[in-house]
Parts: sequence; C-alpha cells; structure tokens
Amino acid sequence: MNPAEPIRLLQRRTFLKQTGVSLGSVALCSLLDPGLLRGAPQGGKVEVPRWTGVVRPLHSMQRVKRVIFLTMAGGPSHLETLDYKPKLAQMHGQPMPESYTKGQPIAQLQGAKLTCFAPQHPFKKFGKSGQEICEIFPHIGTVADDLCILRAMKTEAINHDPAHTFLNTGTTISGRPSMGSWLLYGLGAETDSLPGFVVLTSLGGFGQGQPIASRQWHSGFLPGQFQGVEFRSKGDPVLYVGRPRGVDGQRQRDVVSAVQQLNQMREGVTDDPEITTRIQQYELAFRMQTSVPGLLDLSDEPNRILDMYGTRGGDGSFASNCLLARRLAERGVRFIQLYHRGWDHHGGIKANIAATAKEVDQGTAALVKDLKQRGMLDSTLVVWGGEFGRTPMAQGNGRDHHMKALSMWLAGGGIKGGITHGATDELGYNAVEDIVTVHDLHATMLHLLGIDHKRLTFRFQGRDFRLTDVSGNVVTRILA
Amino acid sequence: MRERDWLCPVLAGLVSLSPLGLGGARLHGQEVKKHLIEFNRHIRPILSDNCFACHGPDKNQRKADLRLDSESDAFADRGGYSALVKGKPDTSELFKRITRSDKSGRMPPAKTGKHLTAQQVELIRQWIEQGAKYEKHWSLIPPQHRPVPKVAEGEQPRNVIDAFVRWRMEMRGLAPSPEADRRTLARRLSFDLVGLPPSPEQVEAFVKDASPQACATYVDRLLASKHYGERMAIYWLDVVRFADTNGIHGDNHREIAPYRDYVIDAFNNNKPFDRFVTEQLAGDLLPNPTNEQKIASGFNRLLMTTREGGAQPKEYLAKYSADRVRNTASIFLGYTMGCCECHDHKFDPLTQKDFYSFAAFFADIKDVAVGEQPMVRLPTPEQENEIRKIDSELASLRAQLDRPLPELDNAQARWEQEAKARRKDARDDWIILKPEKLASSGKATLAIQPDHSVLSTGKNPAQDVYTVTLRTDQKQLTGIRLEALSHPSFGNPGLARGNGNFVLTRFEVSAAKDGAKPQPVKIVSAAADYEQPGFPVVHAIDADPKTGWAVDGHAKRGDRMAVFAFDRPLPGGPGTVLVVRLRHESQYTQHNIGRFRLSLTSAAKPALSGKNALLAEVAQALGVETSKRTPQQKQTLTRYFRSIAPQLEPQRRQLAVLEKRKDDVVKAEPQTEISMAGPPRTIRILRRGNWLDDAGEIVEPNTPASLLPLGVKGRRADRLDLAKWMVSPDNPVVARVFVNRLWKLFFGQGIVKPLDDYGSQGAWPTHPDLLDWLAIEFRESGWDVKHLVKLMVLSETYRQTSKASEKLKQADPYNQWLARQGRFRLDAEMVRDNALAVSGLLVHKIGGRSVKPYQPAGYWAHLNFPIREWQKDSGEELYRRGVYTYWCRTFLHPSLVAFDAPSREECVVERPRSNTPQQALVLLNDPVYVEAARVLAERIVRHSGKDADARLRFAFRQVLQRSPQPTELKLLQGLVVQHLEQYRKDRAGAAELMKIGDFPVPKDLDVSELAAWTSVARVLLNLHETITRN
Repeated sequence: MNPAEPIRLLQRRTFLKQTGVSLGSVALCSLLDPGLLRGAPQGGKVEVPRWTGVVRPLHSMQRVKRVIFLTMAGGPSHLETLDYKPKLAQMHGQPMPESYTKGQPIAQLQGAKLTCFAPQHPFKKFGKSGQEICEIFPHIGTVADDLCILRAMKTEAINHDPAHTFLNTGTTISGRPSMGSWLLYGLGAETDSLPGFVVLTSLGGFGQGQPIASRQWHSGFLPGQFQGVEFRSKGDPVLYVGRPRGVDGQRQRDVVSAVQQLNQMREGVTDDPEITTRIQQYELAFRMQTSVPGLLDLSDEPNRILDMYGTRGGDGSFASNCLLARRLAERGVRFIQLYHRGWDHHGGIKANIAATAKEVDQGTAALVKDLKQRGMLDSTLVVWGGEFGRTPMAQGNGRDHHMKALSMWLAGGGIKGGITHGATDELGYNAVEDIVTVHDLHATMLHLLGIDHKRLTFRFQGRDFRLTDVSGNVVTRILA
Repeated sequence: MRERDWLCPVLAGLVSLSPLGLGGARLHGQEVKKHLIEFNRHIRPILSDNCFACHGPDKNQRKADLRLDSESDAFADRGGYSALVKGKPDTSELFKRITRSDKSGRMPPAKTGKHLTAQQVELIRQWIEQGAKYEKHWSLIPPQHRPVPKVAEGEQPRNVIDAFVRWRMEMRGLAPSPEADRRTLARRLSFDLVGLPPSPEQVEAFVKDASPQACATYVDRLLASKHYGERMAIYWLDVVRFADTNGIHGDNHREIAPYRDYVIDAFNNNKPFDRFVTEQLAGDLLPNPTNEQKIASGFNRLLMTTREGGAQPKEYLAKYSADRVRNTASIFLGYTMGCCECHDHKFDPLTQKDFYSFAAFFADIKDVAVGEQPMVRLPTPEQENEIRKIDSELASLRAQLDRPLPELDNAQARWEQEAKARRKDARDDWIILKPEKLASSGKATLAIQPDHSVLSTGKNPAQDVYTVTLRTDQKQLTGIRLEALSHPSFGNPGLARGNGNFVLTRFEVSAAKDGAKPQPVKIVSAAADYEQPGFPVVHAIDADPKTGWAVDGHAKRGDRMAVFAFDRPLPGGPGTVLVVRLRHESQYTQHNIGRFRLSLTSAAKPALSGKNALLAEVAQALGVETSKRTPQQKQTLTRYFRSIAPQLEPQRRQLAVLEKRKDDVVKAEPQTEISMAGPPRTIRILRRGNWLDDAGEIVEPNTPASLLPLGVKGRRADRLDLAKWMVSPDNPVVARVFVNRLWKLFFGQGIVKPLDDYGSQGAWPTHPDLLDWLAIEFRESGWDVKHLVKLMVLSETYRQTSKASEKLKQADPYNQWLARQGRFRLDAEMVRDNALAVSGLLVHKIGGRSVKPYQPAGYWAHLNFPIREWQKDSGEELYRRGVYTYWCRTFLHPSLVAFDAPSREECVVERPRSNTPQQALVLLNDPVYVEAARVLAERIVRHSGKDADARLRFAFRQVLQRSPQPTELKLLQGLVVQHLEQYRKDRAGAAELMKIGDFPVPKDLDVSELAAWTSVARVLLNLHETITRN
C-alpha cells in the first residue's frame, strides 16, 4: 500500500473543510508579480491547507500543545545529575556486589573488575519543594519547583545508537517514525511558514561528541512531510533555504511565480491533483525563505532576555538553541528537539560532567522561566534527559553505559511540579520503585497532547504500528 | 486511521451496491452473481484484523484456547458447542458472540479498540450459511494455471495481461482508457525502463514511426540500453538495503560498490532470476565460484553492523542474525518474519522456531561481531583480462631473456672469471641468504621475494618481532648485514608500512650446527649508512630494549643498510643454522621494517657496502668448477648474469615496466565484502528475543513448513538449499512477490497493494488470476525478467492515458481496476538524472566506486568516530547518475532524502511519494540544479538562434519533449525580457550565478544573456511536469 494515499485523501478533505475559513491559508497571488501575469490565465486564489492531523477529534483533553525535548546525548550519569546515592559514596572503591551485576549486560566494562564509584558532586535541596538536584545545576535548581523528576527510568539498549533510536522511535529497529513525526502526523502543527518538527543540535566540548543519525528525526514509514527538519548554526540554517548566488529575492520570486503559473496552466490540461499540492509546497518553501531568517534574527530580543539565557545567539550553543526553542514554540512548531552531544563521560567524569552541565544549565533554566513568564509553560511540555544512565561502577575515573536506571525531568502543562517520582536501589543500579519505561514516557507525552497512544497508529507491513509498540502506560501519578 | 475497506475491494464494491450485503441487488460479473462468499477474499481479512491476535497462530497470546485461523479448531466440539457450525449462523458461537447485544461479552472486546461493521457481520453470517468453507491463505497456495478470460465486447485485448484486466473491468462496467499519445508514451517508457528522459530526436522518431511494431522497437532499444540495469538497480538496491556505510554509531565506510555493479550487470545481461537469487544468497557456495558469484554473495553482508566500543559481541551477533531473517524474508518472501523474533506470528502460520531455523541458514557466514568487516580484492573481468595480457607479455619477455644467446655466453664466461677471482682475493663479498623459515610475532604475513628479501603484508601490528632462520655452508662467518628496502605495497615511499619509518629496537643472532640448540652470538659493533638523530644503530644492540635504530623513513627516501660484526668468527660450514631476531618493540606503533634482506660475510672486516654482494646460490654455483656444475647451477648462473648483463638492459627495462603495470592493475582491483563460510555458529531459539538467554532449543537450518517444506534430509542444509527452495516451482510466494513488485514499477501500484506483506494482514490481489498467470509465465520463461517487463509495458493496459474522466475517477478513485495508467513523481535519483540529462551534463559511465556530488558543507557534522567531511568529487564524477551517489546511511545526501530515498537501513520495497517544501528548496537552490540550469541555458543560447521564441521551443523540447503552449511562451518571454534587463544592469550578479558548480563558464557568450536564460531553465527544471511520469 502506498501509505501516503489515505493521507492525501485526508489532506484534501481537510482542504475542503478549510476553504473559506482561511485558517492558515494565504493567497498564492500574494507572491505573484502582476507583470508576469500578462497573458496568463488568472488562476483563482490558491489556498494552502494546513495538515491538521489524524487525531480529530482529540482522544482526551489536551493539556499541552507542544513539546520541547532537550536530549542530552551520550547518556548523562543519573548519579551526578538527578539521583542522589549516599550509600554509593560509602562504598566507593569497594567491589560492586555481584548480586547486582551477575549475568547483566555490560558495555565497555566487559571483563573488568567492577568497583563502586562515589557520586562525584554533592547534591543540594532546591526550591520550596526541596528537590534533590546535583550542585552542578545551580540554574536548573532555581526552577526545581516546576520540575517532576523521574528517577526510576530504564531503557532497552546499552549502546548509544540503538538506545537513541529507542528513545526517539520506541524501538531499536530502524525505519520507524520518530516521536516528533508521530506528533506531526497526529496533530499537525500550528504554523504555515515553518516546519512542524524542528531539530537543533549543539556539540559541547567535554565529552566524546555523540554521532547522531538523521534517523533520529526521520519519519520512517510515515510520509516524508512529517520528517524533522534540522536547523543548522552554520551555512544555510535550513538546508537549501538560501538562494543561489546572483539571484536576489525578486529574481527568486520571479522564478517561483513562473513555476507556479506554469504548473497551474498544466493542471488545466492534465487534471493532476498532485499539481495543486506541488503549488502549495512551493508556496510554503518560498515562505520559509523569509520566515527562517526572521526566526533566527534575535535583534528583537531585549538584553535582559539574552542575559537570562546567557547567549548573544548565532553561535550554535545550547543556550542559543534554548532561546530559539522558545521562538519556535511561539511560532506554533509542534515538536522542538534540542540535542547536546557531549554527555558520554567514560573518563574524567568529575570535571567533564560539571563542564557539560555548565553548557546546558543556564539556557535550560532560562527556557523554563521564559516560557513561564510568557504564560506558555502551561501549554508546553519540556523534557530533559538522555538515552541511558551510567554505571555506579567506575570505569577508570568515569562511568560506563547503563540501561537499568536513568533519570529525566519533565516540566510544563499537566505535570505536577516539585515532585520526584520513582526510585532506584541504594546503589543506583536498578530502577526499582515506580519504574517508568521509555514507552511510558511516550504514552504520557501523547496523553498530555490529547492522544491515546494506543489509538495513534499507522498500518505498515500488515500491522498497526504505534510509537509505544505493544506497551506503555500513562504515568498518571505525575499528572496535575 | 483505519482505511480498511479499500484493502478489500470486492467487499467495498459489494457493500456500496447493497448495504445489507448481497440480497437482491443487480450486480455485474459472474463471480459476484454467484453470491459466493469466499473465505480468503471476504472473511479472512475480517478475522485477521479483528480476531487472530487472540485467536490465531501465536500460542502465547491465545485466549480461550481457540484458533479461528485453523479450520479444525473452529469446528471442534467445545463441550456442546463449537465456534462454527456449517450452515447455521445462529448456533455458531462465533456468530452469537459477534452479535451479542450486551457489550460485555461481545467480540471483539471493546478494550481492543476493534469492532465489526454491520456489513462485516452480514458477510460472516452468509459465509456460515453457505457452509463456512475455509481456504488456505491465497499466498500459501502455489500459483495455479488460470484460463485466459474471453472478452465479450469490442476490440480484443492486445495481450494476456489485457485479457485479464479487461475481464475484471467488464465485471464492473468499466472500459479501458484510450492509448496515451506517443510523446507521453515515449517519456513514460523511457523513465520506466531506463530512468532517463528520451532525447527530442528519439521522441520524433517514435512519433513518426507508423509501423505496428513501433512500440516494440522503442522498447527493445530501451531494454538493450546499459541504463536499463541502472534503473532496475535503483529499485533492487532499496530492497536489499545497499549502502556504502555500516549504519550504526560511527557509520563507517564499507567497500561494497562491486555488489551494486553486479546488480546493474545482472539486469542488463538479463540474468535469469533464479540464478540472480542463488548467487546472492549462496554465490560463495557454488562449485568453483567465479568472482562475479562471490561479489553477488556480498548480498548477505549488506546488513547494518557496528564498530561501537562497548558493544557486546553476543548481542550484535544476535542482532545480525535477526536482521538477516527479517530482511531476507521481506526481500524474497514478502512475509513479515521479523515478528517471530520474540513470539509466534500473530496473523500468519509462522513460528518462533521458523524464525531461528531460518536464521541458522546464515550461521556459517563469518562475521566480525564488533569491528570492521573483512574485505577481499576481486578483479573485474576487464582487470582479469588485463592481467592475463600482461602475464603473457611477461612470459614471452622472460622466455626471450632465458633463450640461448651465444653472444652472451662469452660475456658470461668473462664475468664468471672476474667474479671468481674477486671472491678469492677479497673475501669481502656479502652473500645474500634466502631464509629457510620466517615468523612474525604480530601475525603479519612474511613472504620471500625473488631477490631473497622478506616482505611484510597482511596485518600490520603495532609491534612485531621477526624471527628468521638462515641455513649456510659458508665458513668463517664474521658478520651479518641487514638491508631495509622500500616496496610499492607500502603506500608510502619509505621503508615501513606505517608512516614509512621504522625503529629496530634489537637485532639478535644465535647460531647452531647440525641440529644443536642455537647459542647467542655476541655482536661487538654495528654500523649503518644512515642514522636518525637520537636513534643510532648501536641502540639496536645495546641493553635497553626500548631504544632502537631509526632512519627518518617517513621523511627521507632511500634504502638503508646496517652491518653487525660478531665478536669472533663463527666456524660455519655445512649444517650451520643462524636464527636472527628483528625486534620492533618501541613506543612507536607500526614502526616495523616493511621489507628486509639478510646477508653474511667471511671478510675479516665486514664492510658497509653492497657492491659485490651475491645471492647465496650464485656464490655457491660460482664456487663449483664449470664442468662439474649441475644443470640447475648452470641455470642459476645464466639467470643471474642475464639479470645484470648490460646487453639485456632494454628487455629488463621493459620487464620492469610490465611488472609495474601489473602491480597498478592489482592495486586498482576493487575491494568488497563477500560471504565467507566457516563452521556454523550455534543458533538457539531466543526466548522473547533475549540474546542473554542460553536455555532455548538449538535449531538447524530449515524453512517455514507452512510456506513449503525444505525437503533436505540427513544432512545440515545450507544457503544453497535455501536458494533452491526459493526458486522451487512449488514455492508459493517468491515469483508472485517479484512479479508484483515489478508490476508496481510500471503501473504505480501492485496487484497486491501492500508490496511488503503477502500474509493474512496484507490485501487480497485485485487480479489474483493475472498475478498467478504472470508468476507462472515468469518461471516457465526461465525466469526471464526482460520478457516479463516487455509483456507488461507492451500491454494496452500499460499504454493507456493516465488522464481519467470524472466518471472513471468516481467509479474507481484508486485505479484498482486499471482502466487508466498511473501518474507519479520520479524517484529521487531520477529527478537528479533528468536534470543532468536534459542539460547535457550527465556522464553515461556505468559502475565504479560511489561518488560524491555537491553536498552542503557541514552536513556530516553529526558524524563521529572519526569526525569526517564529505570530500566532493571533481570532474565527470560530479555528473554521474544518482544510483552512484555515496549512500551514507545515517546522513544520506539531503537532496535524495528530500525526494523520499530511504536510508537503506532496512529493506524498503516501496518508497513513499511525498510532496514537500523541501523538494521545492532542493530544486530551486541545490547547486546541482542551478548548475544544470545554467548549462542548459548555454545550450539554449548556443543551439537555437537568437529568437526568444525559437529558444523557448528548443528548451521545451529538451526538458519536456513537447512544444510550449502560447500562454506558456508568453509567460516565459516576459521573464526573459525582465531578467535580461536586470542582469544587464547587474553583470556581477550574472557572473556569480554562472559560476555555480564546477562546469566551466563559457567565455564567448554574454553573461547577462546566459543568466536570464538560466532563470528560464530553472523554471523548467522546477516544473511539476518535469519530475512527473505521466
């Protein structure tokens, strides 16, 4: 089956419904140069329908409209971020009890002697709620009362690439849609001039820079229109958005206008509905050529905002991307995913994780505060976390990959702030209490968006696939 | 979304005619008139979708111990009642449960989110009334010979395909659309068969060809084109997931391009499909496999692999195993066997044991669980020919050097006298020894060369200790000489394979006679002809094992030698054995001498010179009186003399040239990954797919019996058996799957709509009889792919116009009944190929390594281990077809991604066809399209006179193979006038535009004019029509 077929039908249906309402539609003629129209048949107003998703009506009340997923790639140590383990400090240097590790999968420590490794930084109680957060996050500490910390998460893969794929798509097998694509497919976006799923990355300087495959924001078996679009800090911010040298704005516009008109003339001859879609897509593309630079131009941000994030922008830093995330959220982008690629601390974790934390701390906290002061936090879900945790055992003076326990935090609409949910054992090896799986996280995220994760499906290879595969439970206890 | 009804067209048709099912409505066509409800067509889809998950093949999920996919189970007595009772819906428990009024006991349970429509319930009722007859799933029944239907009215169909299609159309009151016009057909056939646009001349010739064979002639020409193989490869490479990188984590390069060329050649040479299948699955297991067959077996190595540190070998071997099952099943069987990795299939009769038994077929393939996969060098047929040619030239040249030459014999006699005299006078000659035994501690391969030097190849370890055993009859040994020599295989002009430099940390000699244990020989002094500052040769004989002799081999060229003098002469004589150790144990990795040679001397003072060195056997033969020499010794002397005789210098030079040429050819031989069989790994059923679980049953290679039993008894089956099973006449799926996918290429959708699932959850074929007929025809034609293609594209069904009347659109919105052609966007690669072709930039070369056209800088910034940059190619490699673009799995070229090319991480049998703003951005701004436009502009300006009208007509013919409409002309004339005026004022801008891309800028044409026409060319390359096959 061609999966795009029912979608196209739906799209057309949507289009019909929206004609006359003009929600998110603009006239093609707005960009046509009248000079070029001489002799051309006057095409009527061409509306650009917006994809409004297959989940209509919503399955349940929508608590948030968008998600900002702050992906800490490389696997941040839960033991130096959100999961305080004094007992591990006491056992520093002693052999890791075999009862924990026997028969368990192990990554780079295969065959090595396993010894306990104390948390490398102290924790502090923050906010009115007294949430325990590692000292290396003084700024995030200031929003502790807005955070729901998930301490008992676990995942299914122990190496970066499959664990990332699992976090983003709910399976380690390639070719499945990422969560942003599912959301876009389910709900559409609230923008006509930007992609509905945007990815921003920053490298970081204190861990091995994690390779991130474009699979992580791919639409898999969903149609290509639901793919994430990466915004880059160097070169064209969106691939191919820049005009060719020697072609100014007006000339580009002339070319696009001519393409649109010739396409319209052809539609009259061949009666091909795809031409209408093509015309709409050129319209969107043309709009992106102005909306993207507008988005990236921070000259309208007051100094106090720039200071709050700790960036002047334009440098591809995580802080700068946090600010852009807010701007994207304001413009109606549905799923905004930020990557910081520097969390793989196999060695020298004490200094390196502190330095990496510094790269994300201020920007992240500023994002939460900024959304809040604009009244947008209520309609946004912010997620902070990586693909797995790290071993309580030493790998030299660092920690190895660990899939049995990891921590994340959530903030935003529908989420109880100032609480910590779940616990690991006393050494931080296994998630033991109120375990939250990646599927549970996805189910909860979809729930907040008004989607029943079991009902957002797509038939592929004879099966109705979904983001949560065959499991996933909404974590109701963290919901406000 | 559940667009289920279209999956079952007949059902949809029935329902639309009669909401209550079948009663009383006037229906078209015989099969519907009979009112016969067929299990496969009507009932199985309902049961599969709604019931099988709990009452199907998966024993672990089965509820109430009831299977509805099994006839015996459904009719079994369950203690006074049965799920089904023939003819009696009201006593059938199944029917009672699906019609129960209270929600709590109704099936399917509400919590599953599934429910039956009134129509579905009615169909089930009638089916039970009619006897509730079960059928094996259609794709499990081998294709049946079907009678070709007779068409009642009108013109008789052109071929068998048309007969089947027309028959189905008539049942529905549909009639075929008229044939498309020749221009459209010319374009359609060209894109479908070679993936390129036709030239205007080809179109003209086709339009004018009045012969009834015109189409066949046109098709034959396309099928004979080398580009046909490229077009088919675009499809096949998606299916088999061919890519240039390993896909996981660091996503590193792998050498596999020869496999791609194998596929292109196979389609071009019309390799029978059964051989194509066999060579890919098991080419390495065929008797005396050819290089081509070995390359084909690279198929089994196309999966994703990892090199990530910390990856556990056992886990990844399990992943690779599952990957091969999942994908091989998708590629050939069209069954979703991947589902059985963790549990029995929920819809199809496939078990978890089937999955692991299938995996066992591939257990013999040598894999590196974590790390770089092994590669081999395999010459192409051209290279094999070239080497054969050089070898024969070499042989004749060597024969020339060996043949008796009286004039040389005198010269040789004189030389012998001189050499003997010299040996008597000054015993300072070095005698070069051929080692008797060699060993490398680091597992390098040491090979003796004709000049008795020793070359290190294969693995290049970080450190190495060479142990060399020498045997000599020479007496009074006073010293030993070590030469370090360059070699072309190093890849550098130095003396070692690493960076060209070496560090010899210790040079040790021990000696023995007549089989005694060797005793260390004390070395008192050493001298070398070059010493790197800080690394004098005495460091090789001092007590410190870490210091050593080095020679700046990375920076200074030239062979080097060192001489080591013994503290007192060894007596030597017959039976003397010397063991020499060359230790390379410094902190500098891979600083091991790459080629060396050892010589002995009896000179009172060993000289640091090689002037009079002689190979040991030459020295020995010289020592024997002329009359007493054996023929062998005579030949040794003759050969040696001829290797130094000034009279033969020209021949020797020629020999050297030939040897160099051969060496160059060998070095250019492509490397590739192939299947290499070893002892099979143990394969167990992994419970819930858990690779840590070692308790599961051990299984042997076997095929799913529900499809077709393998039939191998009394021995372990192998991949060759699997291949035979695939192409067996009794295999129910393989031929159908391929035929159906081929059909999709030419009609836009399959006869079975989902191309990747022919099981219970797939769809009923719209034309089952046609599918069977084609499958049998394919097999009986000797698996002749071109025959099948020709049948399809010469049918009237194929030739119909793609334009549909309103009535037809209403009657058949998805074109299931084929009363018109499909219309679709070109595949990603062809979008590129088309722009290059119409601009004249396209390079028509077939095959070779993958190439790197322009790609935005920094696009690979997210790759690591190692960090790398896309190194753009230059020259003609920039203008190769998209099928040759370097396929990086994690970051595929963004222009290909924009047009839905898959990453090829998994088998993809059908690309989505999206229509996105990214596509517009690519066509507008990707330099390759801008360059194509400016080069097309140059052609327009050069070849079609001065008149704008004529130029536009030329441009339309090039790009769209048609003439422009007056309105189109007018619009573009306006654009030209406007932009010409602008670019005349902005010559700098025009010049900038014309510099995009590497193609030279014409010097003799007005840059403003070119820029204005570039605007026109850009418009044309961006048109929907340009990238659409109608």
